[in-house]
Amino acid sequence: MTEDQGAEGDYERGHGDLRIGHGDHSISSDHSAEITRLDETHYPVPDPGHPEHLPRLADVDPGAANRATRQVATFFGLVPLFAIAFGVVYFAVPGDSYFHFGPLRANARNLGLGVSFGLGLLCIGLGAVQWARTLMDDHEMVDYRHGAASAGEDKEYLITELQKTADEAQLTRRKVIGRSLLGALATIFLPMLIGLADLGPWPTKKKRAATIEATIWKEGIRLVHDVTYKPIKAADLEIGQLVNAEPENLKDLEGTAFLQAKAKAAIIIVRMNPNTIKIPDSRKDWQVGGILCYSKICTHVGCPISLWEQQTHHLLCPCHQSTFDLGDSGVVVFGPAARALPQLPITTDADGYLVARSGFTVPTGPSYFERDSRRDFKRGDN
Amino acid sequence: MAKPAEVVDVGPANEAVTPPKELGPVFKRAAPVTKWLDDRVGVAGLIRPLYRKVFPDHFSFLLGEIALYSFIVLLLSGVFLTLWFKPSMAEVDYQGSYQLLRGIKMSDAYASTLGLSFDVRGGLLLRQMHHWAAMLFVAAMLTHSLRIFFTGAFRRPREINWLIGVGMLVIGVFEGFMGYSLPDDLLSGTGLRFMDGAIRSTPIIGTWAEFFFFGGEFPGDLVVPRLYMLHILLLPALLLGLIAAHLALVVYHKHTQFAGPGKTEANVVGYPVFPVYAAKAGGFFFIVFGVVTLMGALMQINPVWVFGPYNPGEVTAGSQPDWYMGFAEGAIRIMPGPGFEWHIGATTWSWNIFIPLALPMALLFGGMAIYPFLEAWVTGDKSEHHILERPRNNPTRTALGVAAMTWYAMLWIGGGNDLVATQFHVSLNAVTWVLRIAVFVAPVLAFLLTKRICIGLQRSDHERLLHGAETGVIERSPAGRFSERHRTISVGEQYLLTQHKEPYPLAPVASDDGEFTEKEIKAEQRRRRATRFYFLDALRKPTKAELEAAIEHQHHLAAAIHGDGHDGHDGHDGHDGHGNGHGNGHATAGHELTADAGDDEHTQFGTESEHMAP
Repeated sequence: MTEDQGAEGDYERGHGDLRIGHGDHSISSDHSAEITRLDETHYPVPDPGHPEHLPRLADVDPGAANRATRQVATFFGLVPLFAIAFGVVYFAVPGDSYFHFGPLRANARNLGLGVSFGLGLLCIGLGAVQWARTLMDDHEMVDYRHGAASAGEDKEYLITELQKTADEAQLTRRKVIGRSLLGALATIFLPMLIGLADLGPWPTKKKRAATIEATIWKEGIRLVHDVTYKPIKAADLEIGQLVNAEPENLKDLEGTAFLQAKAKAAIIIVRMNPNTIKIPDSRKDWQVGGILCYSKICTHVGCPISLWEQQTHHLLCPCHQSTFDLGDSGVVVFGPAARALPQLPITTDADGYLVARSGFTVPTGPSYFERDSRRDFKRGDN
Repeated sequence: MAKPAEVVDVGPANEAVTPPKELGPVFKRAAPVTKWLDDRVGVAGLIRPLYRKVFPDHFSFLLGEIALYSFIVLLLSGVFLTLWFKPSMAEVDYQGSYQLLRGIKMSDAYASTLGLSFDVRGGLLLRQMHHWAAMLFVAAMLTHSLRIFFTGAFRRPREINWLIGVGMLVIGVFEGFMGYSLPDDLLSGTGLRFMDGAIRSTPIIGTWAEFFFFGGEFPGDLVVPRLYMLHILLLPALLLGLIAAHLALVVYHKHTQFAGPGKTEANVVGYPVFPVYAAKAGGFFFIVFGVVTLMGALMQINPVWVFGPYNPGEVTAGSQPDWYMGFAEGAIRIMPGPGFEWHIGATTWSWNIFIPLALPMALLFGGMAIYPFLEAWVTGDKSEHHILERPRNNPTRTALGVAAMTWYAMLWIGGGNDLVATQFHVSLNAVTWVLRIAVFVAPVLAFLLTKRICIGLQRSDHERLLHGAETGVIERSPAGRFSERHRTISVGEQYLLTQHKEPYPLAPVASDDGEFTEKEIKAEQRRRRATRFYFLDALRKPTKAELEAAIEHQHHLAAAIHGDGHDGHDGHDGHDGHGNGHGNGHATAGHELTADAGDDEHTQFGTESEHMAP
């Protein structure tokens, strides 16, 4: 018989004759004598009381006590030495010296300061704990608890006084004072809330169109390397190659504007064999001989995506591992992203450099409530 | 207790009764100063109730202390860092002493963090200490809360303190997140980018929250100063206030204690604040401080100079938040995206981000917050509890706790699914899929397993009570049987193993005398179902009669072991059989005792005489 069956069986057996509070199953007399607590369980062993106090070695052996004293004093006595060592390291060790220990390498100043200060602190702590454990009186003491509730007399006092003071303040007779005060206190917070309305610009339709829905891409903007800003020739790209790129006009921006523009406009350019990928009819002219360009900003929470699997045409986001199929208009094949990567229509200019045919047709980056996602590419679109 | 000092106006008649005690040289010197202070603020009266206050001793009580002390280390090291850190996103040309980044454009925040790391002596140490202390702070709070949970210390009257603790845990997690977002390096910027995407995806209010938080479009130039204010002013102030309330309540309730001889619900046994706890706790503060300092010296953390300044077009593979954000990160990662974003008209509902971010947080912190009230509802136990429960004696609670830990662990592993994949050479997709399933299945398995382990431990307690402790002495009876001699355990241990309160599983309400409305009966039925879920499988401890009979039997065995033919192996070579007997949810001790204890089987349900009082 397994224990589960046992429990079940008992339960079934009990089920039949049990009634709440009915006689047959009350505690039998020999047990009721043992009940000391309210919930009527039984306590077969009475509390034997505090165990005998056993002396420690240092309580009975003066040698051990002296030894402990020396240990404690040594711990405390080392502290000034560590403090001095800290000062020496601080002023004497140059910041560019390194300490080598096998394969490990540590900045000597950081190491010296930390080890001297840390050991000094540790010595105070170890000395104090050793003192308490070996030498301080270790007879346990007993405190008695009081219930958490306040004494009944206190409660009664407060209730009567509350009533009395409410009368004294005339609150009970002139209720309008209390009510209007409550109203006043409630509404005075309003100005504080209103004062927060300028925390940021309001994302109205117009504001959104100018900010999170706009990139600096437009027709004719050259695609350039993201570090060197060199324009990219279609002929220079090999099949399987991925290039991180930016719009050429990004370099005109600085500071915050630069970061904000880059956070939306960053792109990747890939060249794939046009015969092994799906190019929907609606996007036939968005690419140049298998060279496709996608937003680099993940549609999940906005990390820049860059892990490229050449053979499968998959692009993996290093933050949350959303995987997009660049051979199928950037649809999601795995992970937490839900929307395809926006594709940038590109062509070549007279010199053979890659340029944008237009800006992005949908907003790049993570989703938001007011985003109209009807024009995003879905698997199976054509 | 700010009682005004009593006016010192002792008449000469009183003076004659007790001659003043001779003071030592230190006290003599301190006397005028303390008198000056006492005359003004009545220090003696303030200190007196606390001075010899008793605190019980147990290693697990140190977890909360670690949290407190690491918070103090955070305050100290944080103040040091503010002397040099510049919370500004203004662009500067780095010209500090770290050559690899010289001439690169970066924010002032990042440049000043580099300055702290390379040019301010001790700056790197303090930065690393601050970061390690933050890791430790949250870890200590979490493990402290586990100790509280598994020992039932959250029960009345400590529910409010439990809620304060949950509040501090939440604040601590966000405080940490904001802290590591400040340096504005590539890693912390990526964290902010995530925060931006997550805020933005909130249904309906997302863009408003984003624009208000960042002061416009990401990244803007306001978010670092704003996070700085929250990180060094608002949240620490909140934490300090909550810590004060937390400790005040500990003092008021007096600390819980583990069960043992002499320890009751009405007393607290331990050492006084002075001198023992002052030395132990004070010393432990220095130990925590010292260990954090050594960590800052010996273990590199967040080497921001390696990552470079934030650049929205770059990210490093293997980016990870600090550990306490791992579970939220994991939920985000293992959430499947397709199908969880609705496009309705011109709106986008991004459940693929909102659900995994908000739901685990709500489940974890919300679940922690309501649990004490849930359990109190189940047990109907309204009494105060000061004796801690042994986790095994509440198998269902313990199992629920381990299930929650397992769930957290699955999410947490998910936060590093890419590293699991690369380190163990397995497919990332497979890891993710396993976790997607494990996050639901593993907690259930953990629940079942833990419950069984607890009941097994309860059974081993029974074994010690009823059969005694194993001595390792093997004896051979004249009949040729081998058995192990058992020793009756001490009365102290017997008490320890039997002192706990046993809540009962309740049978469904069957009385129908029209006293209660249908709704009340339904509510009571729900509660009773919950009590059966909680307590039906738990082992009942033996009754007094069983225990006495068992101990008598043990003595009898000990006496008879060399005797004449009375079988010494009676109760001792059949432990397996006994084990099953114990699993029935009631406390019959085994076949040799059933004759005595047969009447007691009612203890499973029958003792409930409480009426269903609404």
